[in-house]
Amino acid sequence: MPQLGSFAVLFALALSVYALFAGALALLRPDAAGERLGETARRAGVAIFFAVALGALCLVTAAFQNDFSLAYIYHHSNRDLPAPYKFAALWSGQEGSLLFWSLLLAAYGLVLRLRHNVDRRLFAYASVIIAAVQVFFLLLVNFAANPFAMMQGTLPADGAGLNPLLQYPEMVIHPPMLYLGYVGFTVPFAFALGALMMRYPGEKWIHITRRWTMVTWGFLTCGIFLGAHWAYSVLGWGGYWAWDPVENASLMPWLTGTAFLHSVMMQEKRGMLKIWNMWLIFATFLLCVFGTFLTRSGLVSSVHAFAQSSIGNWFVAMLALTFAVCVAAFVKNRSHLQSENRLESLISRESSFLFNNLLFVVACFTVLWGTLFPVLSEWVQGHKVTVGPPFFNRVNIPVALLLLLLTAVGPLLAWRKTSFESLKRNFSIPALAAIAVAILVIGFGMRPWAEQSAFYSLMTICLSVMVTVTVFSEFVRGGRVIAGKTGKSLLAAMGRLAHNNTRRYGGYVVHFGVALVMIGLAGSAFNQDKEKEMGYGGKMDIGAYTLTCRSYTQDDKPNYRSEWAILDVTKNGKPLTTLYPERRFYKASQQMSTMPALRSTIQEDLYVVYEGVNEDNGRPIIRVHLNPLVMWIWIGWLTMVGGTALCMVPNAARVPLGAPAPARATVAAEAGD
Amino acid sequence: MGNSRKLVFRRAAQIGLLCVAIFAFLGAGDENARFNGLGHRMMCVCGCNQILLECNHVGCNYSDHMREELIAAINHGDNDDLVLQAFIQKYGTTVLAAPTSKGFNRVAWTMPYAVLVLGLGVVTMIVRAWGRKAVALREAAGPTDPAMEPFRDQAQRETEL
Repeated sequence: MPQLGSFAVLFALALSVYALFAGALALLRPDAAGERLGETARRAGVAIFFAVALGALCLVTAAFQNDFSLAYIYHHSNRDLPAPYKFAALWSGQEGSLLFWSLLLAAYGLVLRLRHNVDRRLFAYASVIIAAVQVFFLLLVNFAANPFAMMQGTLPADGAGLNPLLQYPEMVIHPPMLYLGYVGFTVPFAFALGALMMRYPGEKWIHITRRWTMVTWGFLTCGIFLGAHWAYSVLGWGGYWAWDPVENASLMPWLTGTAFLHSVMMQEKRGMLKIWNMWLIFATFLLCVFGTFLTRSGLVSSVHAFAQSSIGNWFVAMLALTFAVCVAAFVKNRSHLQSENRLESLISRESSFLFNNLLFVVACFTVLWGTLFPVLSEWVQGHKVTVGPPFFNRVNIPVALLLLLLTAVGPLLAWRKTSFESLKRNFSIPALAAIAVAILVIGFGMRPWAEQSAFYSLMTICLSVMVTVTVFSEFVRGGRVIAGKTGKSLLAAMGRLAHNNTRRYGGYVVHFGVALVMIGLAGSAFNQDKEKEMGYGGKMDIGAYTLTCRSYTQDDKPNYRSEWAILDVTKNGKPLTTLYPERRFYKASQQMSTMPALRSTIQEDLYVVYEGVNEDNGRPIIRVHLNPLVMWIWIGWLTMVGGTALCMVPNAARVPLGAPAPARATVAAEAGD
Repeated sequence: MGNSRKLVFRRAAQIGLLCVAIFAFLGAGDENARFNGLGHRMMCVCGCNQILLECNHVGCNYSDHMREELIAAINHGDNDDLVLQAFIQKYGTTVLAAPTSKGFNRVAWTMPYAVLVLGLGVVTMIVRAWGRKAVALREAAGPTDPAMEPFRDQAQRETEL
């Protein structure tokens, strides 16, 4: 099986090289022979998927067969590892994850190449660019980080086991989601670069790539939030985001990708920001590759990073080459990217997009800067410094608040120009709602003048309310018009409104999701925690909760030994639930892992960690966190995913609602739409 | 009308800035708050990459001891700078969770704001310059028929993304 896998990935590399060079040659020969050659390159591109899939299948089979003759399987699996984690071993280590990356890229390439009839020439360009990226990753898999490398010496009886932190159900889906996001940005990048190289007329390439970009963005969003949820559920420190370099690596392309999703609308609608959009998508792809480099090169230290290796140099070469190709294509074809229109007013939808893009890019720069500053400091000062949460929070929170403000204001601005009166009329209700909520929250006891974090928290809540009211007022305003003309109920009319323009209203749903997430984040300003040694009957109070230790015990399972406490929880004296915080010791890897117990409500999370035992008396040490509003983050995330899915639903066919306006087509044409 | 609107905007901006400044520089001074504040400005040095007060490794060779040292320093009456300096002396510069605002480390803090201010300036300039060009083009094209405005608005609404 390992030989077959090894051959499959080598064959996939040969196919990729062929798809790259034959495809590129075919693009240079616009005759029948060139077309035939291009078709062979396309078919080779399709075949890459099957070859890489065979390689991946061989690796997974080796994991299930406990084939410890493979070094990768020895290091990332063991006999007693549950089946889902044996499958997840495919992406749990450096070599396997690179093979998995190649597999996902090949899958994206397969879909793209099968849909080549949409626009054969543009798809041929995109196919060649994807083949080039594929060659790089398959070179790594074959020569720098081979997952089919054999063990040296005597074969071990059992494997070293999977990292305990990865033995959690979410880790079976978090990495694939994240990788689908990372890898997926190759597709819009390939289309953008291809469109630039061939001086593609018009903006059709953007229409073609719109769904690709949104799907990719949706996957990356899911990957990031699943990662945050995993960190919250497993790492046992009571938080979900630590500004770790690996977390930052996933956030950076998300920020530029989000900026691209906004600014590309200006290109579609007004033919503006063509250069900016091109570079945004280039930057997003480069940041995806950079993030992969960051986690694998040992450049920065991170608890999430893969083992250090020499493949960092490969990535530096890849980044430099890609950047050079982008610059060359841009310099050669920049005249093709002339803007067709100009901004007309500072108070307009276009300028709100510009400022929104600026803030996204500044946020991305800040994250990049903070992530790399320790390296820069070492070069300049000769010693490393730590750039941790205090830096990122202090610098990014004001930027995030400005972004939230724009999220509230932007949808109220018209394209081209908005009058001050119109802005005042539309904005007064959201602003009043925010002020009312601020008064209410202060009335309930929040003291924004006491601490900076409370002030930021109040601002976040108020701006989130503004976003929410803006979104709902947009739905209600449009819904009323349809309800008035069709006689439908307001709810049904709002549904129809959303179906008529799924992208716009799906976007609003995403904005609403962002507002919910921000409210959840605002809750972190009021986190509480306590730690106590608890014997039989021991009590601990936190907030309105009282935890009583009923018992503590141990267990021995094939894969791990565990010890846990049984805690009865009451709230304001009333029995609520029983929690079982646990600590595990994984036998194969000889590593500890915590399994926090969680009682999550819309109001707050009671998060209990079994930290260990006092060695003198054997009593468990329990740490309790009371984290307000955390569930809002997960609800917001699901809302964002729902909004993204709505954006991808095709618009309903337009049905005339009333008497058609005279000369409508003429006016529409005059308006340039 | 235009001047009074500008005045209202300016006043609102001034009040907003004042509020931000007041809240930004407010701080609590009791010992618990100091312990909490200082503990969140330092990292555990065991390699877990966690903030000192968030390191949850029972039996960690560093964090428990570091917390005790922090409590002792606060009880001793040392001010925040002195406490942090003592920790830097003992554990190195990486014990601080964020760069200081001295020497080259100041660049870490100023650069993001500099980029933000520069970007805001550039975007505002671009918007204004483009706005002036668009007005000039519109004036050169002559007046538009006001009767067409409702239809233009309708077309815009119906084609909005």
